[in-house]
Amino acid sequence: MGGVDEERGAPVGRRIVLGMLGLGAAGVAVGASLQREVTRAFSPVSGIGDVLPAVGGFRFYSVVGTVHTPRDLKVRVDGLVARPRAYSLAELARLPQTKVQRDFQCVTGWRVPHVEWTGVALPDLLDAAGVSPRARAVRFHSFDGVYTESLTLEQARRRDVLVATAMEGKPVSHDHGGPVRLFVAPMYGYKSLKWLGRIEVTETVHPGYWEDRGYDVDAWVGHSNGRDDAPT
Amino acid sequence: MHHATALLMLACLITATMLYIPAFATMVGHREIIKPVHIYCGLLLPVPTLLGLASRAFRRDLGALNRFSAQDGHWLRSGQRRAVVDGRGVIPVGKFNAGQKLNAAFTAGAALVMLGTGAMLTWPDPWPDRWRTGATFVHDWLFLVIAVVTVGHLWEALRDPGALRGMATGHVTRPWATRHHPTWTDTQPPPPPSDPP
Repeated sequence: MGGVDEERGAPVGRRIVLGMLGLGAAGVAVGASLQREVTRAFSPVSGIGDVLPAVGGFRFYSVVGTVHTPRDLKVRVDGLVARPRAYSLAELARLPQTKVQRDFQCVTGWRVPHVEWTGVALPDLLDAAGVSPRARAVRFHSFDGVYTESLTLEQARRRDVLVATAMEGKPVSHDHGGPVRLFVAPMYGYKSLKWLGRIEVTETVHPGYWEDRGYDVDAWVGHSNGRDDAPT
Repeated sequence: MHHATALLMLACLITATMLYIPAFATMVGHREIIKPVHIYCGLLLPVPTLLGLASRAFRRDLGALNRFSAQDGHWLRSGQRRAVVDGRGVIPVGKFNAGQKLNAAFTAGAALVMLGTGAMLTWPDPWPDRWRTGATFVHDWLFLVIAVVTVGHLWEALRDPGALRGMATGHVTRPWATRHHPTWTDTQPPPPPSDPP
C-alpha cells in the first residue's frame, strides 16, 4: 500500500481522482453551510451576484426567448369585480406604496437575503376593484402570455403580496420581471410572477405554469415542495 | 476518444454558460431546449472513455497518465520544462509530461464529480434539501474551476503547433517528439532508412 513502484512511479493520477471524489462528496455534505457563508461574505459587494450566481445572486430560469414589453403597458384588473380597470405605471405610482423587505427563496435552493420590494399591496387593488362575493381566487397573467399563477383570495389579501414596481429602490429591471411583477413574500419565487399584465379575479384556483410542471400550488416557503427552508 | 470527450465537454461548458451566467441566461432564454442538451452531454461525457477501455493502447496510455515518476516532480518544479539541448529535451519526459498527467487526472475527477452532483440536481427527489444545496454548491464552483483549467489546456495546446498536429493527424514529427518527449521517442522504432541521396 502506498509503495512506490520503482519502475512505473506512484499512482498519483488515481490519488487525484479519488481525492477529488472525496472533496466532491464533502462539498455536497457541507456545501449548504459553506454557501451561506459565501453569500454572506459577498453580500457587501454589490453587483457581483449579477455576474456570478455562485456568490449569492439571482438565477434566471427563462423558458422563453425574448420578452417584449408593450410600449404603453397597462396592468388590467378584471374578472369577478364590480369595477374592472387598467392601470398605467404612472397610475400605479400614484397609489399608496407598500414596502416589503424579505429573503428571496427559490424552490431550487438558492436564496438572496434582504431584498426590498416596493409597490401597491394587492389587497388595495382588489378593494378598489370591488371583488364579487362569488370570487375565491386570483389569477395572474404575464403580458407575454406564457406564464400564469394563482392565489386563493385569502392569500391574495395578505399585505405582503405586492404588485411590485421597484426592487432595491430602483424600478424593477426587465430581467427581474419588470416593469411590473408580482411579489408573494411568504412563498417560493415561482409564485412571484414576472412581467405582470393582468390580474383576473376568479371562482377557483387555476394551477399556473410551474404548477403544471409539478410544483405545489400553495408554495409556502419551508412548508411545501418537500422542502424545509426557513420561512421568509 | 479525445475529440469526442472534448466536444461533449465544450457542449457542457457552453450550455452551462447559457443556463447559468445571468447575462447569457437572459439573452438566450429557451431553458427547456438548452437544459436537456446540457444534461445529455453531461451523461454522455464518460462514454468515450468507457468505450476506449476496450483498446489495449488506450489502457496503456491511461496507465502512463496515472503513474508519476521522480522526473515528473522535477518537471513540475523546473523553470525550464521546454529546455532543449542539441535538439533533445533536457528533462526526460515520456509520452506524457507531468502537466498533461495532472490535467488528465483533474479532468477525470472533475467529470465524475460533475456527473454525480449533476445527477443529484437532475433527479433531486431522493436527496434531502441540504444535500441538494450542497450539490448545487459543488456543481457551481467546480464549473468555474473546470472553465479555467479548460481555457488553460486550450491555451497550452494552441501555442504548440507540433502538439496540435499530433491531435489532428495522430502523428508527430520525430524532431518534435525528441524535443518534448525524449524518453518516449527512445522507445519508438527508429525511422526507416532514408533513400541514399
